[in-house]
Amino acid sequence: MATKVFMEALSPTMEEGRLVKWNKNEGDAVKSGDVLAEVETDKAIMELVARGDGILRKRFVGEGESKPVGQLVGVIAGADENIDALVAEGSGGGSAGGSGATPVASPKPPEAPVAKPTESAGGTSAPQAPVAAPHESNGGPVRSSPLARRMASERGVDLGRLQGSGPGGRIIKRDIESAAQSGGGASAAASAPAPRRAAGAGDYEDVALTQIRKTIAKRLAESIGPIPTFYLTADFDLTRVTEMRAAMAAMGDQFKVSVNDIVLKAVATALSQHPEVNAHWLGDRIRYHNRVHLGVAVATDDGLIVPVIFDADTKRMSEISQETRALAKRARERKLTPAEYTGSTFSVSNLGMFGIDQFTAIINPPEVGILAIGAARNEVVDVDGSYETRPRMKVTMSCDHRAVDGAVGAAFLQTLRRCIENPLMLVY
Amino acid sequence: MPIITYRDALSQALREEMQRDDRVFLMGEEVAVYQGAYKVSKGLLQEFGEMRVVDTPITELGFAGVGVGAAMVGLRPIIEFMTWNFAVLALDQVLNAAAKLLYMSGGQYNIPIVFRGPNGAALQLSAQHSQSFESWLAHIPGLKVVTPGTPYDAKGLLKSAIRDDNPVCFLEGEMLYNTKGEVPEEEYTIPIGKADLKREGDACSIITNGKMVLVAMQAADQLAKDGIKVDVVDLRTVRPMDVEAIRMSVMKTNRAVVLEEGWELAGIGAQTVDYIQRDCFDMLDAPVIRVHQADVPMPYAKNLERAAKPDAAKTIAAVRKVMYLD
Repeated sequence: MATKVFMEALSPTMEEGRLVKWNKNEGDAVKSGDVLAEVETDKAIMELVARGDGILRKRFVGEGESKPVGQLVGVIAGADENIDALVAEGSGGGSAGGSGATPVASPKPPEAPVAKPTESAGGTSAPQAPVAAPHESNGGPVRSSPLARRMASERGVDLGRLQGSGPGGRIIKRDIESAAQSGGGASAAASAPAPRRAAGAGDYEDVALTQIRKTIAKRLAESIGPIPTFYLTADFDLTRVTEMRAAMAAMGDQFKVSVNDIVLKAVATALSQHPEVNAHWLGDRIRYHNRVHLGVAVATDDGLIVPVIFDADTKRMSEISQETRALAKRARERKLTPAEYTGSTFSVSNLGMFGIDQFTAIINPPEVGILAIGAARNEVVDVDGSYETRPRMKVTMSCDHRAVDGAVGAAFLQTLRRCIENPLMLVY
Repeated sequence: MPIITYRDALSQALREEMQRDDRVFLMGEEVAVYQGAYKVSKGLLQEFGEMRVVDTPITELGFAGVGVGAAMVGLRPIIEFMTWNFAVLALDQVLNAAAKLLYMSGGQYNIPIVFRGPNGAALQLSAQHSQSFESWLAHIPGLKVVTPGTPYDAKGLLKSAIRDDNPVCFLEGEMLYNTKGEVPEEEYTIPIGKADLKREGDACSIITNGKMVLVAMQAADQLAKDGIKVDVVDLRTVRPMDVEAIRMSVMKTNRAVVLEEGWELAGIGAQTVDYIQRDCFDMLDAPVIRVHQADVPMPYAKNLERAAKPDAAKTIAAVRKVMYLD
């Protein structure tokens, strides 16, 4: 029985994939689990694995070509099996042909992905599991052994980020062990502000509450609402930000950046150095995220919505700038998908454009902090005994005291000050 | 410690228990004058006389029923079947009388009886004389089913079976009678319902019983040469099954191969796998694989018989598969 090779949804948000490289030629024998090709998704280059045994009889897609998820890209079959019908289907370039009555059924229905972009957020295998809750993981359904799932949850490894080495791409014990090893393990982020995550690290790390933290959480929540919030305000000098913007604008319109773009980039950079505020409060534990997904509050006619710039710390300022604008536009057009406004690890709200000097923002749970950005304004300041007019900006951080103590929030703002007052730090 | 055969270990158990308790007697085809079809009862007639070592006609249902009746009035019979294949004729007494009377008499009659004899395939005995009955018997509430794989276990478990106040089916192996092992001279018994970890490793659990213990040990030896160390869990008793021992091993290794002599459907292995999925679901790194006899009547032809039986090579292949090596 022939096995169809589909363009699979290899990331939760993938709608099409570019076939970067075929690892098997037509006529090669393949076994279930063999890597047939490398596919570039919207996020990374992933492996497309065989879902059946036989000969790779036909490849319908050339290297470098992009195809939508669900498109037939190849056929695995016996050496002398008649695959004319499949070849017609694949060469026709039609859309997904996985479901319904097809001339040749796949040998193992649950293993043959028939995901269409609209039906499934897709993972490495069949759409069998519900899409994970946004705050749990950014991965879609993945095939994994029960033990692997248990170990992953204990060690804070996101299964969606792993490549399984078991049959059909199943994630098994050894995959978790190697991910945990290369990812720097469990204890790194808790102790000190880790500068940057190591490549291949898990997306987050859960740390159980210590006794003192439990007491702090309980006492403070009794005192002031379910989220005992406190506020830290800092006043930043924008002289160098202003100089930088002027210099970039002088190079041409395409290089223009806003103060907001620079602030977002600076916040993302500072967050990557302060996982202790890039966290989620989960009741019995605190989840410290190793990736920075920055929520950016956008006012729309319907109300407030917070689209997310994923992996903001790894993005260039120009990318952040374009993405922010695009997300804000889509938000106002009410075109955001849930995936675009869930999963943030920290948020920023800017009312500077409305002339607000300073305000406090309300934390977006389960996040533990939000930064309220005020307007840039000129102010007379004392500079070594003489008075000068300097551009300045106030920011106020709301902190969830259950997870973040005053000194911790202050340390984050210190780093942020360094980034904003010396924007060259953003390329450091 | 003396090294003796499985046959002699059983013989010692019979002799010692008959010496210990004069209510114990042995009955079956050829057990007395001929000294047992497999010589397990050698010398017993001479030592204990014809009141306690009783030859019967070829009437399995009849002498099994006599045994049940004797147990009801206070004796402790040991009924030898020449093989469990012949015991099929006596199953009405085994499962409708022996297994049920304690329950149906409201606890008035317990039946302290042992049904024993060789079980499973030997060599080229063909379809009717090569069957494994442990799953049939283990299905019945009211029976205990014991399947020793070594001389040490055979002696200790037979003594426990004879002393048990309820019916015990004791399944030996024709191919095991000549195998040898250490058996202490001093008195010992092995509790019914306790498994034994015959080999210790961390890569995979092979869970098995009876004659297949030897197969599992061969497989374990071979795998060790490739650096794969496996647990061999010998259930020893299949009813009641030592669920805790299964759990302890699988929690450690995260993988299991279940090996049994009989057929697949509703086999002992099916129940074992059920316990594993219930108790160890979150600790499994691979689906559990079963190794068992092919789903056919046992062929007579030597090559086909070999192909139908579970063996070390099939067990090794299964272990490698659950370890994702092949």
